[in-house]
Amino acid sequence: MTVLDITNVSKSYGDLHTVCEVSLNLAEGERVALLGHNGAGKTTLMRMVLGLTPVTSGQIRVLGMPPGSRKARAAVGFLPESVAFHGALTGREQLHHFARLKGVKRREADDLLERVGLTHAVNRKIRTYSKGMRQRVGLAQALLGQPRLALLDEPTSGLDPISRHEFYDIVDDLAKGGTAVLLSSHALTELESRTDRIAIMAKGRLLANDSLGALRQAARLPIKVDVRATPDTADDLAARLGGTRINGASVSIEVQQEDKLSLLGRITGLGDVVQDIDVTPASLEELYRYYSVAQQEGK
Amino acid sequence: MSVLAIARMELLIARRNMWVATSLILMGLFSSVLTLAGGAPTGTLGVDPLLIATTSVTTLSVYLIPLIGLLLSFDAIAGEAERGTLALSLTYPLSRGEILLGKFVAHLMVLGFAVAVGLALTAGLTIWKYSTTDLNYVPLLELFFSALALGAAFLGIGYTVSAKARQTGVASGIVIIIWLVCVVLYDLGLLGALVADDGGTFTKTIFPWLLVANPADAFRLINMPVETVSTLATGLGAAGRASGFGLQLTSLLIWPVLALGLAWAAFRRVEP
Repeated sequence: MTVLDITNVSKSYGDLHTVCEVSLNLAEGERVALLGHNGAGKTTLMRMVLGLTPVTSGQIRVLGMPPGSRKARAAVGFLPESVAFHGALTGREQLHHFARLKGVKRREADDLLERVGLTHAVNRKIRTYSKGMRQRVGLAQALLGQPRLALLDEPTSGLDPISRHEFYDIVDDLAKGGTAVLLSSHALTELESRTDRIAIMAKGRLLANDSLGALRQAARLPIKVDVRATPDTADDLAARLGGTRINGASVSIEVQQEDKLSLLGRITGLGDVVQDIDVTPASLEELYRYYSVAQQEGK
Repeated sequence: MSVLAIARMELLIARRNMWVATSLILMGLFSSVLTLAGGAPTGTLGVDPLLIATTSVTTLSVYLIPLIGLLLSFDAIAGEAERGTLALSLTYPLSRGEILLGKFVAHLMVLGFAVAVGLALTAGLTIWKYSTTDLNYVPLLELFFSALALGAAFLGIGYTVSAKARQTGVASGIVIIIWLVCVVLYDLGLLGALVADDGGTFTKTIFPWLLVANPADAFRLINMPVETVSTLATGLGAAGRASGFGLQLTSLLIWPVLALGLAWAAFRRVEP
């Protein structure tokens, strides 16, 4: 079932086009990452989905309802980019307040505070919290009432690597429960294994929108195969496999997807000469660069 | 329900920010001092001592209640917009009207509490000073409810400024100017015009309307029913009597509704 339906949406402020004809769908339980530099239009797109900013043209539907309508808002959880709360309140008071606004039991708010790892600090004033702790309060409020759609704007900024890992565990659970998750980020590496689909935005346009595998295939970026031999056999290996020697004992070869298996077969056929193999597909960074450059050249 | 949730949180914040304490101390302290010192010139000449005290407290309230009202409200929308909490609140299933109403309820409660404590002190000290409970308490109640109306009007004005200015720094500057104009400059201007007009048509026809149009003046006129006392307290009082109680009450009731309406209209146009 389609939870979020964005059709040909544009947003302009006078001559400034922050979002241009973007179409994007999210189904139940899908995790989609919205990638792009600052100013690519990610936040504006989210604000339009939330009904905070009207669309200039096109249409957005949240569970078939117009964005910003009371029913749509009741079904959406939102974590803003730089989340701020009133410093005079404690974490628990703040979350209980949001629970009341959403008609959720306070018991659930307490459970969520525990879930995001804030149990030790719930009775402290938010002004004493670190940025990461505030981000956790923000995440907890976005999860209140098991939303059908979660919009998370730069959710992992300010979190240390372990917290990021825990954060994605929470996102996984959320998606398993049927929530569609749209999260924006410019920290690319962490998204690789944690999202179902990647949507790349630059200068207000949606440049790509597919699974990581499909994006790699479409971009036809080479796969890098590193073969480790011994110092005296490396040159011979490089000549036979057609790669380049990169250090004392290794050879690096770049191949396309369809040639990968045959290459691996040839390497295996070399027998004892080969000590180890590393196969690295194009990274998200490379893909991202590819799609942003492709767009600029296309213009 | 959302209105109650907002009001509840605003009360909590007002308590933490010491707004409740500040308002209480301001009203309590000034009411006590005026009650204890205010009766001195009249002695015990048979005028109800509580009436003397309420007259003093009225003069004080004309300055303090608009001030407290504006101080409570100037940050309400601009502050939240600056911190970014407004955008988040607006993604929850509640309307802007509910947010505004919730804040208003909380702030009016803070103000009402401060005024009630001030007036209770006034009554208590009068009873203690004159050793009598045989007093007319009606002016005290009138003062309380008209003070609520006056406070509500300035809360609404403060929200309007807060929504229009979008920055707390700017909003605080504007509300101080508004306060100065309403409680000081407006009267001075009218007084100047009265002197220049010297009992002409302006004094008889336009002036009463202008006077009562200012909620602070309407409040002052309502609470100073005795000619002599009001003449003592303000030169404008006697001349302003021409407007009549009905008009004064109307002004005091229309202002809160008008100001809150304006605040709502301004708030609706705020894009967080």
